[in-house]
Amino acid sequence: MALPKYTETQYRIWHYFYLLFCGCVFFFLVAPLFVIFPLSFNAEEFLVFTDGMKRLDPDAFSLRWYHDMIYGTKNPWGLAAKNSFIIAVFATIGSIILGTLAALGLSSRHMPYKGLIMATLISPMIVPLIISGVAIFFFMAKVGLAATHLGIILAHIVLGTPFVVITVTATLSGFDHSITRAASSLGSNPFNTFMKVTLPLILPGVISGGLFAFVTSFDEVVVVLFLSGLDNTTIPIQMWTGLREQLSPTILAVATCLIILSILILVTAELLRRRSERLRGINR
Amino acid sequence: MSSENNKILTTDGIPLEESLKVAEKKNKIKAFLLVAPLLLFLLITYIIPIGGMFSRSIDDKLTTNMLPKTYKAMEKWDGKNLPSEEVFEAFYLDYRILVKNKTVGKLQTQLNLEKNGFKSALKKLARKQKKFKEGNYKEQIMNSHKRFKNVEYWRAIKRRAPPITYSKYLKAMDMYLNEDNKIVQVEEDRRMHRILWLRTLEIAFFVTLFCFIMAYPIAHLLATIPMKYSNLLLICVLLPFWTSLLVRTASWMILLQQQGLLNDFFVWIGLFTNENRPQMMYNKTGTYVAMTQILLPFMVLPLYSVMKTISPSLMRAGKSLGATPTVAFFKVYFPLTIPGIGAGCLLVFILAIGYYITPELVGGASGKLISNQIAYHMKSSLDWSFASAMGLMLLTGVLAIYWLYNKLVGVDNIKLG
Repeated sequence: MALPKYTETQYRIWHYFYLLFCGCVFFFLVAPLFVIFPLSFNAEEFLVFTDGMKRLDPDAFSLRWYHDMIYGTKNPWGLAAKNSFIIAVFATIGSIILGTLAALGLSSRHMPYKGLIMATLISPMIVPLIISGVAIFFFMAKVGLAATHLGIILAHIVLGTPFVVITVTATLSGFDHSITRAASSLGSNPFNTFMKVTLPLILPGVISGGLFAFVTSFDEVVVVLFLSGLDNTTIPIQMWTGLREQLSPTILAVATCLIILSILILVTAELLRRRSERLRGINR
Repeated sequence: MSSENNKILTTDGIPLEESLKVAEKKNKIKAFLLVAPLLLFLLITYIIPIGGMFSRSIDDKLTTNMLPKTYKAMEKWDGKNLPSEEVFEAFYLDYRILVKNKTVGKLQTQLNLEKNGFKSALKKLARKQKKFKEGNYKEQIMNSHKRFKNVEYWRAIKRRAPPITYSKYLKAMDMYLNEDNKIVQVEEDRRMHRILWLRTLEIAFFVTLFCFIMAYPIAHLLATIPMKYSNLLLICVLLPFWTSLLVRTASWMILLQQQGLLNDFFVWIGLFTNENRPQMMYNKTGTYVAMTQILLPFMVLPLYSVMKTISPSLMRAGKSLGATPTVAFFKVYFPLTIPGIGAGCLLVFILAIGYYITPELVGGASGKLISNQIAYHMKSSLDWSFASAMGLMLLTGVLAIYWLYNKLVGVDNIKLG
């Protein structure tokens, strides 16, 4: 955004000040994440840049914390990672199925009480997690699902569906319903119509909603804190305990892995969003 | 021809109007059936349990159920003088059962909460009642401990008669019901909950303000620069959004700690000496800084999606009509962004008011919010009904803002990424 030649000096100064301010905000947003990378390769046990690291001395860097993360004695990360993945995958599948069905119903123009129902379905995203945690814990304790994988999966489905509902409803907002009618008039039953016509078109929305649900489940601490026992510790729970007790470089190694994972997910989500916009013929 | 034949009929001979109505109803049911599984699932696992928190928060059946005969006998007692022999006998009978079932400890705790000094009197009674003779229980109970001669203690028992109580809600506001059934405030130095509520509002308000001040310029920049740059910068906003909350909090812990990078930097530029590095974590500063950075994307994205739709020609038109850039901005551009401002501010405020993780890790004692107090009562003090009461009070506030958000923005307009 170049300034026109006739811009007065005061606005010119103001403009550069504005750019500088924006630069600072972007730095504030992103820089904290990149502090973790170099420190996770620290050869020492301290969470500061040692003199060796400042001189870029190769001896000051090591992979020992990554080694500790994978092979460390009595290390909890293996089990935690396994649990986290199992829970997140099942929670995502559940969220996708329930959320997509609900979004299909909600985007029908015949749906009664649309606003009220939408507000109810989205509420788990808005209600403070601590309250959701307390309520879900009371329920799971009553039906005997506290400290089980199933209980945590169900809880994460509750928290994940709003994202699927939102993304799929957004995809369906530009959806041309006459093509499903065309399919029915050509003799397709509703199930086949959904699988062969509707689903391929809304797939980007479904997948990006699923990604949100996956990340929500994979990153969720508060509800799991109430629900988990010794057998169902997850990565966030381990990080939480670690951060509360003592910040060790092993946590930074795990954090680095998580950042890489989130970069991968971000890229996927961004590609999907663009594909979806192309499919629906939205040009920016 | 009769008037009925004037109506348009379908091939089945049914009037078209009716046939359409039937079809409409069918479609309605179809749409509803699609939503039903999720609605039912949420109702069972989520919404009814939240309602259950309410009954838990006002539930006071514990004492009522432990002293059934006493409360029946007490119905006739006016509470002025010591109760009659009948009440004493009923109390003795109830109490004997509790001692036999070994559940007497719960009653002792509950009544001691109501009036201090009950526990020792009741313990003594538990020992002495084994030797009680039949008849004249009033005399025998009163002789077992001098406190049973005091009418205040019997009034305390009577106060616990109703099966429901609002005392947890009063406690959350630092108030309680005194012996004359009047609502009074607790002593000044014990008013901790009110401080927490106010601090939660204060932190949520300022975090929203800081987010707004930072997000407005960068959302504007993202919306006005060419696509190839804006896509790259948008990723800078989305990356923290997709990164684990704990990872982001951990990075702030590294930066803010006393030997941390930020303090090293301050010492290096000579702002502070090495000996008196400022404490930036485990207090309010830590909570403010970390929460602002973590919630910033939630402000940028709604603002950006509104600003993207504002045509740049509007500003040019304003300027060509003689407005200075400042005037054009405030008269043309700013009013058009108000929907985005509303959406972003309400979203950030809602999220900030219920924040738990970050204040718990970087907040210390002075940076804790009401959520942390709820968690404390759930996990440590195990006063679940108090935690439920506070949770519902917080929820009421959040739902009020959510309702406002729904009115102003509409939940179906929430966009992600």
